[in-house]
Amino acid sequence: MSIRPKHRKGDPLGDGLTALCGGALALNLVLVFALLWVLLVNAAGHFWQKELILFERIDAPPLLGEVHDREPIPAQSDSGVSPGDRVRIRVGNRELSGGDFVWLDLTTVTRESRPDDGVLLERLEWGNFYGTMVELRRGEEVLATGPDRVWSAFQAIHLEKQREFEALHRFEKGQIGDVNYRLERIHSAQRKLEFEQPDPETLGRRSEELDRRKETAEVEFEALTRQLFAMREEFVAETLVMEAADGTRKEMAVGEVVRAVQPNRIGTFSTLSLYASRIKEFLFDAPRESNTEGGIFPAIFGTVMMVFIMSFAVAPFGVLAALYLREYARQGFLVRVLRIAVNNLAGVPSIVFGMFGLGFLVYLIGGSIDQLFYPEVLPRPTFGTGGILWASLTLALLTVPVVIVATEEGLAAVPRIVREGSLALGATKFETTWRVVVPAAAPGILTGLILAMARAAGEVAPLMIVGMVKLAPSLPIDSHFPFFHLERKFMHLGFHIYDLGFQSPNVEATKPLVFATAFLLIAVVTVMNLLAIAVRNHLVNKYATSAV
Amino acid sequence: MSDEVRPATRPEDATRAISPKITDPNLVVRSLSLWYGGSQALHDVSLVIPRNQITAFIGPSGCGKSTLLRCFNRLNDLISTVRIEGDILFEGHSIYDPAEDINALRKRIGMVFQKSNPFPKSIYENIAYGPKIQGVKKKQTLDAIVEKSLRGAALWDEVKDRLGESALSLSGGQQQRLCIARAIAVEPEVILLDEPCSALDPIATTKIEQLMTDLKEQYTLVIVTHNMQQASRISDHTAFLYMGQLIEYQETEKLFINPIMKQTEDYITGRFG
Repeated sequence: MSIRPKHRKGDPLGDGLTALCGGALALNLVLVFALLWVLLVNAAGHFWQKELILFERIDAPPLLGEVHDREPIPAQSDSGVSPGDRVRIRVGNRELSGGDFVWLDLTTVTRESRPDDGVLLERLEWGNFYGTMVELRRGEEVLATGPDRVWSAFQAIHLEKQREFEALHRFEKGQIGDVNYRLERIHSAQRKLEFEQPDPETLGRRSEELDRRKETAEVEFEALTRQLFAMREEFVAETLVMEAADGTRKEMAVGEVVRAVQPNRIGTFSTLSLYASRIKEFLFDAPRESNTEGGIFPAIFGTVMMVFIMSFAVAPFGVLAALYLREYARQGFLVRVLRIAVNNLAGVPSIVFGMFGLGFLVYLIGGSIDQLFYPEVLPRPTFGTGGILWASLTLALLTVPVVIVATEEGLAAVPRIVREGSLALGATKFETTWRVVVPAAAPGILTGLILAMARAAGEVAPLMIVGMVKLAPSLPIDSHFPFFHLERKFMHLGFHIYDLGFQSPNVEATKPLVFATAFLLIAVVTVMNLLAIAVRNHLVNKYATSAV
Repeated sequence: MSDEVRPATRPEDATRAISPKITDPNLVVRSLSLWYGGSQALHDVSLVIPRNQITAFIGPSGCGKSTLLRCFNRLNDLISTVRIEGDILFEGHSIYDPAEDINALRKRIGMVFQKSNPFPKSIYENIAYGPKIQGVKKKQTLDAIVEKSLRGAALWDEVKDRLGESALSLSGGQQQRLCIARAIAVEPEVILLDEPCSALDPIATTKIEQLMTDLKEQYTLVIVTHNMQQASRISDHTAFLYMGQLIEYQETEKLFINPIMKQTEDYITGRFG
């Protein structure tokens, strides 16, 4: 009896399955790109300067602004024909009109024009101003009148004011900040002295010394403050009179203007450089106006720093635990239970870790540190309140199962024969583990770390209770000893998204920023992952091993 | 070869195998039995391994020859279910003495495995690993050891220009010679080889066999092999194991040309196994 091969036409089931698999992958890719595309499109338009349009109306004052939306007005009940379009205009001038955006029924508009002398001012306070320039003054002295002359006179002064603004900022953060810091140190030293209660002689000597230091610092501080007031006065010396579309006049200091643009006059190149300058501001400046304007640099910084501290905590912790579980513990019932427990830990809702971080890390450990090392400032907490260290450690606990599981798999993939090769040379178990097994498993360990970093960078909920804030006054790293201030509160991109989107006083204006921040969060996570992947590839190349 | 040595009736169920006369013993196995959990893998094996010679273990798969080999450097200790009775003497001392320093023992009795197992490190680091473990720190000494070991394993000329490259970039035969070089870098007295050529092509096998013949000047070699031609080509003595029992142990020439036991004859003539 012979078996004849079955005659078949192709392999429809196999082909179908292949197509299905390919389709699933394609769908995933489409989703990923759609996600990035939606974020990017919504974000990118925000930084692009639109034209200024002046709408003149039948029986209302004219409006000047940027058109952001256009939609047909829904039809009246029976006619079925839409009476026309309406547009959403950003008119700015919040202090005059009360809001940034208005809806305008185009049927009431008699004339649309693009005035050449229409000016957009981005300001430190009160948001954008749209209008025309009327007059430039210094005190009572009039420097220029009329839109064109004011515009050209304004440029030089504005440049000067921007330099002054930088100087002011440096002065406040630098010299005044230093003296402030010194005063604070002296103050806490005094508190400490009171708290310690040494013998009267030492007490007298030291408190006298502190008083003397305090006095010098205060004198210095006063001088600096006077200087600061002088600088501020100079900063607001020149004022600009603007006229809104409805004829209202508004006087403001030139120093208050961040950026002045004549959108209907600038060419493509200027629009592009304006775009670049706005993106730069977004990436590298601190936020203004309760986060609705300015940049998000502190949030980027906080996110990256937190993830790095988290990695430094979770890597040794997770790797050592996995080493014990895989290499040293006797494989049996207990280890199996432990392994299941570790896996389940990965499934615990993150907010629960947040509560644990608050109860254990912040209150118990942080509180104990305060009592041991900073008793003089109590009840004001130092470490006994949320901060970047506790947030990082909370996330380290959250992600440790990921590292343990990945490390265990990396270790398990190192062939037994390689271990035996080392033992057969007279190496001890420890030497074998440390010098052969761990290096061979390093790529696997790094994969775990990459996953942990990605998870940590995106986590928001637990951080809200262990130290993340809407606006942090200073970065966790600065020029004051000990440079890393791990007890400080910090800003985070994930929370910033939530804050911009749901807590903002000016939701419509910040909507594009929500998308931009989300895109940036993805970019930051991607960059950190690429770094880790580069390290891993370097290791794989170095040890090109068949094991992993 | 003479008929007198060969018994007229073959002792099919003999418990003691025939042993050759060995004047200079290096390793002595004394009624060694080994159990993996409940199943016995070695039954009361006794034999003597001569110094500076090549001793081969042959036998069908699962006969216990690798297990026996791994008893010499106590690698079987790694398996928690293993239980051992009997003893092995190395230079007159029991290696199963509780006071025995197992790591020092493994330094003196090196091993080369069936599948080449270079560490995921550079060629240099692979060789220097053992000496470093033994406490050698000076760069010059290490350099000298690496060169000497690689020359000893006839690999120096092929790799001297790329010592910093990963050992896994070498070919299979080169990797196996690297493992031999790694084994001799710690200057052992005995080298155990567990089917060192089973994954190699004939040319690489020839090189390794040549190398083993050279190495026996300095080391005692014990090799497990599936390849009877190989055993007959290179070994001085051959032991045939079957079902965990030592069936016959003879000078290689005698065993292959004139086996005493019927099972041995059946095996080497290809009637089973």
